[in-house]
Amino acid sequence: MAKRIDVSGLTAYYGSHKAIEDISMTVEPRSVTAFIGPSGCGKSTFLRTLNRMHEVTPGGRVEGKVLLDDEDLYGAGVDPVSVRREVGMVFQRPNPFPTMSIFDNVAAGLRLNGNYRKSELNDIVEKSLKGANLWNEVKDRLSKPGSGLSGGQQQRLCIARAIAVEPKVLLMDEPCSALDPISTLAIEDLIGELKERFTIVIVTHNMQQAARVSDRTAFFNLAAVGQPGRLIEIDDTERIFSNPSVQATEDYISGRFG
Amino acid sequence: MDISTTTDVPPPTPQPTVAQRKRNARGATRPGDRIFLGLTRGSGILLLVIMAAIAAFLTYRAILAINKDHGNFLTTFEWNTNILPPTFGIAVLAFGTIVSSVIAMVIAVPIAVAIALFITHYAPRRMSGPVAYVIDLLAAVPSIVYGLWGALVLVPHMNGLFGWLNDFFGWTGLFSWDEGAPRSMLTVGILLAIMILPIITNVSREVFRQVPQMHEEAALALGATRWEVIRMSVLPFGRSGVISASMLGLGRALGETMAVATVLSPSFDIQASLLNPGGGTFAQNIASKFSEANEFGRDALIASGLILFVITLLVNGAARLIIARRAEYSGANA
Amino acid sequence: MSTAAVTDKRPSTLRAASLPKWTPWAIAAGSVALGIGISAAAGLSSKIQWGLIAAVLFVLGTYGIAARVEGRRQAKDRVATSFVWVAFVVAVIPLVSLIWVTIARGVKVLDVYFLTHSMGVVADTEPGGGIYHAIIGSLEQVGLATAIGAPIGVLTAIYLVEYGRGRLAKAVTFFVDVMTGIPSIVAGLFILSLMLIFEMQPFGFAGSLALAILMMPVVVRSTEEMLKLVPNELREASLALGVPKWRTILKVVLPTSIGGITTGIMLAVARIAGETAPVLLLVFGNPFINNNPFEGAQASLPLYIYQQFANSAGSGAAYDRAWAASLTLIAFVMILNLVARGIARWKAPKTGR
Repeated sequence: MAKRIDVSGLTAYYGSHKAIEDISMTVEPRSVTAFIGPSGCGKSTFLRTLNRMHEVTPGGRVEGKVLLDDEDLYGAGVDPVSVRREVGMVFQRPNPFPTMSIFDNVAAGLRLNGNYRKSELNDIVEKSLKGANLWNEVKDRLSKPGSGLSGGQQQRLCIARAIAVEPKVLLMDEPCSALDPISTLAIEDLIGELKERFTIVIVTHNMQQAARVSDRTAFFNLAAVGQPGRLIEIDDTERIFSNPSVQATEDYISGRFG
Repeated sequence: MDISTTTDVPPPTPQPTVAQRKRNARGATRPGDRIFLGLTRGSGILLLVIMAAIAAFLTYRAILAINKDHGNFLTTFEWNTNILPPTFGIAVLAFGTIVSSVIAMVIAVPIAVAIALFITHYAPRRMSGPVAYVIDLLAAVPSIVYGLWGALVLVPHMNGLFGWLNDFFGWTGLFSWDEGAPRSMLTVGILLAIMILPIITNVSREVFRQVPQMHEEAALALGATRWEVIRMSVLPFGRSGVISASMLGLGRALGETMAVATVLSPSFDIQASLLNPGGGTFAQNIASKFSEANEFGRDALIASGLILFVITLLVNGAARLIIARRAEYSGANA
Repeated sequence: MSTAAVTDKRPSTLRAASLPKWTPWAIAAGSVALGIGISAAAGLSSKIQWGLIAAVLFVLGTYGIAARVEGRRQAKDRVATSFVWVAFVVAVIPLVSLIWVTIARGVKVLDVYFLTHSMGVVADTEPGGGIYHAIIGSLEQVGLATAIGAPIGVLTAIYLVEYGRGRLAKAVTFFVDVMTGIPSIVAGLFILSLMLIFEMQPFGFAGSLALAILMMPVVVRSTEEMLKLVPNELREASLALGVPKWRTILKVVLPTSIGGITTGIMLAVARIAGETAPVLLLVFGNPFINNNPFEGAQASLPLYIYQQFANSAGSGAAYDRAWAASLTLIAFVMILNLVARGIARWKAPKTGR
């Protein structure tokens, strides 16, 4: 199910401002890849180019290639809507649809994509909520609004919603930055389980988190404020945190800047 | 600053700072402050007094008239105030007012919501500003000019449409047409729809603009098309705002005078068909009957105006309450 | 995995069949052409029918073509887009028509003579005459209404923003909102009921009172908005210097927001200048020049338009005058609007920061 991502020579703009420049990397299937780097280095922007969410921002524009198992996301005739169905996303702040029930939130993506029988829908919702480690907490109140859950539960609801449509890749944009430590731990455990089925890319500000959850880590940096962000290096997480090949990475990880 | 602000969502009252509160307590003892506070508070009280006076004096004159009404004020199909005993009732007016406003709403609400979406979600960015401006212009045109345009331009253009409706839907009775001049409730409704379009558009536009980016992105990330994003996140979020915007528009349509008076060919009976001329509305009836009314006749018209006042009060009050509740809800959510 | 059923329902590729970018334009052009063709063939006279046929063809055609090529979901999306565009066009047509007709018919008799003469010696059905008396009436009535309504409105707004707490302020806020929705004819009837009690004949100032009632809530709301934009730091800075609160409001708060307040008042003036109903009830109309708003019936521009339309039994000369007066009124209102917006834009950066 999970797919490989191959990025080559990717540059993204906001209007005339170049946000990231010439990024190339490979993301292996069934693994967790973490993006770290100082604020404004473009790691979130880069993440959003991987499911074509970047171009939703007014003035957002992308050059370069992103191959999803040999198919270019930015190729001619590719429909961004189908891209986003293949590449799911979880955001910084939990964003369940406020007017929908827990059940409808999880089923929202499925209902877009086709007609399901009620029993089929029930099965998938249950399976997704179990997959997001949320089933036991909400199984008795599936018809209650999703906005009544705690922040951590809401975020897991959003993960359930994203995995319900069985994407090939799951992007997570600082998914724990708005959560308390216990909820964060729950999400981190969940990421460990989800990587059996999905290719996961996670942006995080928290280096311990990157060290805990990821198999590979990419370090982004920018030369100066206003300059485009660049990929400094990508390597196995252990190596990045013990013996990085670039001095800047070591400086950042040891807390000398950022 | 645009025209729409006059009818916009009321923002929450600002929290005064501690410093201000202290000054208030002390400052009120200065003569200058006392006079100024008295002036401004007096103005506020004056507004309340005016509202109370409107209700009181209309009721007083209305009771004078209704006491001498030989017919039933609510159910009589007649408006004869110059004969003895005077016989008049508002049944026809209430019916006509509701019918014309309902037609206006049915036409205006979907179009206004669509235009609001056009401005916030569909139009190319360079276009949305000018479009919003054009809609504001639509709001600035005086109602009498709409009336003149409606009577002299819109009415002749309705002939073809009425013929069509009669051909295809005449069997329903609602759209049968005796080929009279199309100065009927449907034409009035269409004209009212054009007139209330800007207010509904402007309020809806503001609400749609407030939809949090993250709700729209949630839908987008699931692989929703633009329409599905709007259906899943924009419309549910904006629903109560659109309802209250519509009620503000309804308030306008109920009370509109000149546009109806110029377009409608009134009669004091109820037409089953929307295409045949006839019927009347509260405001139109007041304007049309006023010049020939004696003092008693004027009191009778004031009585019908009181009913209109109460109806618009209820509709507007309801709209404001919905807006106020929505403000609390979205505030707690943010 | 048990999700095989799910994956089967999705396309195996990212590439979806899609229509070229120019498709909406082509469908639009096609439906307009087809609409004209059908209408001409069927001998339909009304342009409204032509437009309706074209609009329906456009929406249906979009759905049909998109559903066949791109699938049902994309088709729905495209229909929504095309409906939104059609709605926009539908809303613009009346405005364009109204402006165009008013200008085209209005310029026929609009000249210096028209602006400087009254209807005193001209019967409504004959050509000639002008709107001088109506302009005088409008200026006096609106001027007096502004002199009453604007100060009360601004003072009330100051009370609500600077002092207002507790139940009185809440009540005022609520009733200001409700007052915004009072039909103009009801405001007219209120003053009329007073005139009936005191047995007075129609005169200009009575109309001013009704217009002032309509104006107040509009001024309150816009002034409130502007006062709230004044940063609290500014007030505190002045108060901290020992300046009394009332002087702080007069010397710091009001000057900072004066541009926005002026804009709001001008927009309110533009709105009451077009009101007809209360003037009809209270000022009655008068073909002669009456410079005294406190005694005797007067004319006003909107009332003049109505009476030329209603009392002239379809005379072309009267209609021409009505259009010319409409053009004058619209020009007045639009200029007020433009100037008000100009002031708002010019003053905005200073108060906005």
